[in-house]
Amino acid sequence: MSGKTLYDKLWDDHVVFTEDDGSSLIYIDRHLVHEVTSPQAFEGLRLAGRKPWRQSRNLAVADHNVPTTHRDQGIADPISRLQVETLEKNCAEFGITEFSMADIRQGIVHVIGPEQGATLPGMTVVCGDSHTSTHGASGALAFGIGTSEVEHVLATQCLMQKKARNMLVKVEGQLRAGVTAKDIVLAIIGKIGTAGGNGYTLEFAGSAIRALSMEGRMTVCNMAIEAGARAGLIAVDETTIDYYRNRPLAPKGDDWFMAERMWRQLHSDADAVFDKVVELAAFDIVPQVTWGTSPELVAAVDGKIPDPARETDAGKRESMQRALQYMDLKPGQAIVDIYPDKVFIGSCTNSRIEDLRAAAVVAQGKKVADTIKLALVVPGSGLVKQQAEAEGLDKIFIEAGFEWRDPGCSMCLAMNADRLEPGERCASTSNRNFEGRQGYGGRTHLVSPAMAAAAAIAGHFVDVSRIQSGSQ
Amino acid sequence: MRAFTKITARVAPFDRANIDTDAIIPKQFLKSIRRAGFGPYLFDEWRYLDHGEPEMDCSQRPLNPDFVLNKAQYQNAGILLARENFGCGSSREHAPWALEDFGFRVLIAPSFADIFYNNCFKNGLLPIALSAEIVDSLFKDLTDGYELSVDLESQTITTPAGREIAFDVDQNRKFRLLNGLDDIDLTLQHAEAIRAYETERAKRAPWLFSDAMTAKV
Ligand code: SF4
Repeated sequence: MSGKTLYDKLWDDHVVFTEDDGSSLIYIDRHLVHEVTSPQAFEGLRLAGRKPWRQSRNLAVADHNVPTTHRDQGIADPISRLQVETLEKNCAEFGITEFSMADIRQGIVHVIGPEQGATLPGMTVVCGDSHTSTHGASGALAFGIGTSEVEHVLATQCLMQKKARNMLVKVEGQLRAGVTAKDIVLAIIGKIGTAGGNGYTLEFAGSAIRALSMEGRMTVCNMAIEAGARAGLIAVDETTIDYYRNRPLAPKGDDWFMAERMWRQLHSDADAVFDKVVELAAFDIVPQVTWGTSPELVAAVDGKIPDPARETDAGKRESMQRALQYMDLKPGQAIVDIYPDKVFIGSCTNSRIEDLRAAAVVAQGKKVADTIKLALVVPGSGLVKQQAEAEGLDKIFIEAGFEWRDPGCSMCLAMNADRLEPGERCASTSNRNFEGRQGYGGRTHLVSPAMAAAAAIAGHFVDVSRIQSGSQ
Repeated sequence: MRAFTKITARVAPFDRANIDTDAIIPKQFLKSIRRAGFGPYLFDEWRYLDHGEPEMDCSQRPLNPDFVLNKAQYQNAGILLARENFGCGSSREHAPWALEDFGFRVLIAPSFADIFYNNCFKNGLLPIALSAEIVDSLFKDLTDGYELSVDLESQTITTPAGREIAFDVDQNRKFRLLNGLDDIDLTLQHAEAIRAYETERAKRAPWLFSDAMTAKV
């Protein structure tokens, strides 16, 4: 018999029972809760007179609707305010820990989970949010769920699931200077498409993935969902163990040693068989910029916008044409000739300390171009913000002309006041470039933090790898 | 949950791939703490010419005449026909809520995004994945007033010409949908098995069952 994949191991470890048709009841170790997808779930519990199965397994935070300025004045939009207050009330009523807006630990749910050690290797982690895949970076099986399932997990600590298939995405070799985790994952999505991972759990492996920090690994797994996979995984290694040592909610003392021993088994066996294998060479990856309204419509920064006329698949051709029209771009146009109006550095994809450092390196001693109306830096959590300020990154950004904000989802999906106006173009470190995502009529180009900062300074996209290797 | 057995309903064709959840129900409507009432905002940015906000009275808003669901012949459609990767994007259950509230009971496409597909079954909506060729033939067949009959029990779709198309559905999901069963009730019938699992797991991973799991406020 062949060995097990990492996904097989995590799955087997959490099966309560399996039905004849293959669906299994899976035990959930950690449930993260936020204000947008939970109100109807709590309401459901209340109506049925149910209680949480295990209160301690839930951790709540408001992130999507929170303002990133003038926190002390509360939330101006009454509908947003009601949603955040509803989360507070529900958590108080059902005995669930919530980090309030005033708590230094508040932040984007997918940033604070690993930061607190609330999500750990070997766990099953769910949240009513598709980017829960982020937590797979630590060798946890983590995936997004809908509100009915949020209610189900609250009430039973379990979910009925069917096992997905195994896909291995291998990135071997060394990245070029200035090429980051974000570029890796955009290149992967460009290769397999936004539906390429449907029905699979993706395991990211290979020397280029192993060389990434935990922050970089989280960026990669964060966007597994943009490749159509509910979950992305990366094996546990020394980097993982080091990251979790001394996290507030990580096991302590003997528990730590026991956990560490167990976590070290969390990798695919050498003889494990995957249903599909995709390989990329790290050296071939250059900084990526999306030009369309789906993350798969992506190009190398030194490239041009492809011509839909040359696409043979009629459906694809049409989506490309529609995307170009929405984005107000032309086939053949050079990526470096695209001029954003706004720049957004933040989101659960790229708002961790390493992301801010990468952007600060580019911004240091420079000025944001006059043509840029707004350049925002939104840290992923209060603790990231604190750390960045301790390192003086806030000063670098402010001096360069960026705005330095309070943590939250912000302009990633523009549920709060941070948004694009119709027709505005944005260089964004977030994960979705769908129509209207960052504001009605807004146009999004997904890039890495260094690329976003470089675009802010130059006023148009530039190849940050050239700046950083000194050849420009 | 509302049970689903069979329907015969008008089909609305939406000839687009990768229709994402942000398009199905734009984010400003996610601010609601209610579960119902999303139908008027389904595909809001495409359906109306102005920008929609929650609680707006949609009967007064300018409709986009080119948008398929605004055409007279697709009023009261109960089946939506679309292309690949329908429902990609976020986990927001507001997407199936809006489709259901609008009046759809069946979605037909070559493929669906996983989370969305799963969410549909929890809300009395039946997503049916058919081969790209069959979906294409349905698009071609479609004429004004075109109706399909969908029978979940026998897992068949019948066209007006009498052609029968079989579809696959997970048996567990089918059973729950046919009977409109409450998933939580079903799972709680296994409370003993869940507790037994916890006892066994606590021996292997005691840290998961200690107070340290709770972040002190
Ligand atoms: S930062 Fe964006 S993608 Fe991430 S959880 Fe918030 S809204 Fe979702």
